[in-house]
Amino acid sequence: MDYFEVFISILGSAIRLSIPLLFTALAGLFSERAGIFDIGLEGKMLVSAFASACVAYYTGNAWAGLGAGIVTAILFSMLHGFASITNRGNQIVSGVALNFIAAGLTIVLGQAWFSQGGRTGQVPASGRFSSITLPGADMMREVPIIGPLYANVISGHNILTYIAFLMVPLSWWILYRTRFGLRLRAVGENPGAVDTAGISVSWLRYRALIVTGFLAGFAGTYLAIAQSAAFINNMSAGKGYIALAALIFAKWKPVPVMFACLLFGFLDAFANFMQGKSLPLIGEVPVQIFQALPYILTCVLLAGFIGIARPPKAGGVPYTKER
Amino acid sequence: MSFEPAKEPAIELVGIDKKFGAVHANKNINLTVAKGSIHGIIGENGAGKSTLMSILYGFYQADEGEIRISGKPVTIRDSQAAISSGIGMVHQHFMLVENFTVLENVMLGAEGGQLLRRGVASARKELKRLEADYGLDVDPDAVIEELPVGRQQRVEILKALYRGAEILILDEPTGVLTPPEADHLFKVLRVLRDQGKTIILITHKLREIMAITDTVSVMRRGEIVATRKTADTTVEELAELMVGRRVLLRVEKGEADPGKVLLSVKNLTVKDSRGVTMVDDVSFEVRAGEIVGIAGVAGNGQSELLEAIAGIRKPSSGEIIVNGQSIAGSDPAMLRALGLAHIPEDRHHMGLVLKFEEYENSILGYHRDRRYGGAMLDLDAIRKQAEEQIVKYDIRPPNARLKTANFSGGNQQKIVVAREIERDPDVLIIGQPTRGVDIGAIEFIHKRIIDTRDAGKAVLLVSVELDEIRSLSDRILVMFAGKVVGEKSGEAGEQTLGLMMAGIAA
Repeated sequence: MDYFEVFISILGSAIRLSIPLLFTALAGLFSERAGIFDIGLEGKMLVSAFASACVAYYTGNAWAGLGAGIVTAILFSMLHGFASITNRGNQIVSGVALNFIAAGLTIVLGQAWFSQGGRTGQVPASGRFSSITLPGADMMREVPIIGPLYANVISGHNILTYIAFLMVPLSWWILYRTRFGLRLRAVGENPGAVDTAGISVSWLRYRALIVTGFLAGFAGTYLAIAQSAAFINNMSAGKGYIALAALIFAKWKPVPVMFACLLFGFLDAFANFMQGKSLPLIGEVPVQIFQALPYILTCVLLAGFIGIARPPKAGGVPYTKER
Repeated sequence: MSFEPAKEPAIELVGIDKKFGAVHANKNINLTVAKGSIHGIIGENGAGKSTLMSILYGFYQADEGEIRISGKPVTIRDSQAAISSGIGMVHQHFMLVENFTVLENVMLGAEGGQLLRRGVASARKELKRLEADYGLDVDPDAVIEELPVGRQQRVEILKALYRGAEILILDEPTGVLTPPEADHLFKVLRVLRDQGKTIILITHKLREIMAITDTVSVMRRGEIVATRKTADTTVEELAELMVGRRVLLRVEKGEADPGKVLLSVKNLTVKDSRGVTMVDDVSFEVRAGEIVGIAGVAGNGQSELLEAIAGIRKPSSGEIIVNGQSIAGSDPAMLRALGLAHIPEDRHHMGLVLKFEEYENSILGYHRDRRYGGAMLDLDAIRKQAEEQIVKYDIRPPNARLKTANFSGGNQQKIVVAREIERDPDVLIIGQPTRGVDIGAIEFIHKRIIDTRDAGKAVLLVSVELDEIRSLSDRILVMFAGKVVGEKSGEAGEQTLGLMMAGIAA
């Protein structure tokens, strides 16, 4: 295998691995820009993965699975909202609680319904999002450099992948070009300004959380019925936290979020590739080192290389009218 | 007391009543403000001014009573309703999104459609018109956090006007402004009035009332105790109505008799946590028997200077000498032993533990003193000295076992002042001695500061209230952008100092 082919295959898998991060980080973008720190992204992703796998298993329809994943993640988001907006609870604590609920609930229900140790049954092919070959990909394959790039990196993904990338400009447009976006950004910085302008802070934050649930639903669905063919115990495996790191790394901006997720996806793909391979001079490097890279990178970058990552000013603080 | 306005009323409050549990915040408020006039509402902290305005702006609902706008009864259930009734509010703490542009802030809540594009164009046009009509010029594309405070306030006014406010409420608008900025604000308010807007100005500063209002109402303990034509009243009368007794507004003090240097600051430079130089090569001396005042707009390095002298913040270079000894490397406890006492700027963050009982706060920082028993506290001795302080400083209610949070601002401040002055320090440094303190307590605290000076102590006073600096200080240093830009005698005129504070003259 020559180096170019290796590179192409790593890039292709980098994109596949970055998609759940991208959906989740964009989900977090909406809640955090509205002033709600969302450590519960992990849980939202996990329940939607479970729900989409179940529904896709029984209906054999991938889109029904997606719908179920989205609805479940939105419900979970609303729970977060009820705790942290309506009852002014601590956003972090309620988010962590959601993660616990998600981890426990999916196993219990999975075991009760499928009796496979928390796994769901194998989802039939019709219930999954399979890869799409873009027009001309096969013809292009023979063209040097551009051919393999097009055929293996750009083409050959499932529909959710393309939706993920469409979500980036769409998120940007919503945040910066619509009334909803203006108000959402304002409420994350100074909810008092929103309140005195005669806008309901609570309702605005709930709406932000609905968007968050919507996007987290895509992330979970992707994990369960696009990347795999069943729900597996704890299949989000910390991706919610990595997405959060990507979000901070990207300073809460949509386009940088995409690049951060691609970077983390690339590191993940690289780690997979290095598994069992030995490097010249060093020998075989334990795969854990590569797996730890995204986390190490986040720490190092946050420690100063990207400058001050200024979170939305009102983030983490429940809003109370004070006078 | 009744007062009939000559012109038609813009706003009428009839029998407004509001209770919070046991606290009767507003008692049967009746108030009429004529259209096209500036009406002042003055009162001490906790007199109910803010509650009343919050009811007008829809933050609270009155328990009873009626609000009429241009003669028509209205119900103001939320801010949206207040805005559509033509009420605009300029809050004491600006309600601006700091990393938004002026334009975005003005549009927020009045975007004119789901998409921003069309709204942006019309907002720009409208801002131009407001600029032309009222002389309120601001660059619409400037980011709020990069604007000086006076400009930010102008954006607040523009926000209200953009929403079509006919009645403009300003809550303590000059607290954050330099004197020239305040003058400019008053000019703007007069223009607005002359163009037919009605303005309600809430303040505790008597001078502002006299300078700008047409009529004035005085609030005390939730009631309007008087309404006057400003031209027919005096500062003394208003002060008496506010407090409920005669107050001495001018501090009486004799000539200073400066002795030897007790506090000396040499080439002091202090950086804040971000590494920004806040105090820049500052040198001065304070002698026994004099009060040196440091004037300046908040944020020009006074706080950092105080903290460096108090041993809380480490200077990056320079020297501080207290009683002939360099204090480099000393912590606040060692400084107290050297004879330096510190009344911090913010009593809630630094001066007191609000959840402690009064007597516990009365020894904070001196709790290692052998008089109080050392490691095992001698509670009887502590309570006894606390009770003595309560009597001497007229702290109310006179109860050393009361939680500190339950005292009023003025009495809390007296607890701090008593604690520091009663230890008989040689050098007393004070930050904002009367911030959020009512007139009666101000009078008392000022007298104590003068007494301390007359007892031959060196006093360094930092305050953003220029009146306070001028009435107490024997010498005045003005700080601007971290530097001492000039020194004047205690008799220096307000205008001179104001220009120096704004960095315009030296």
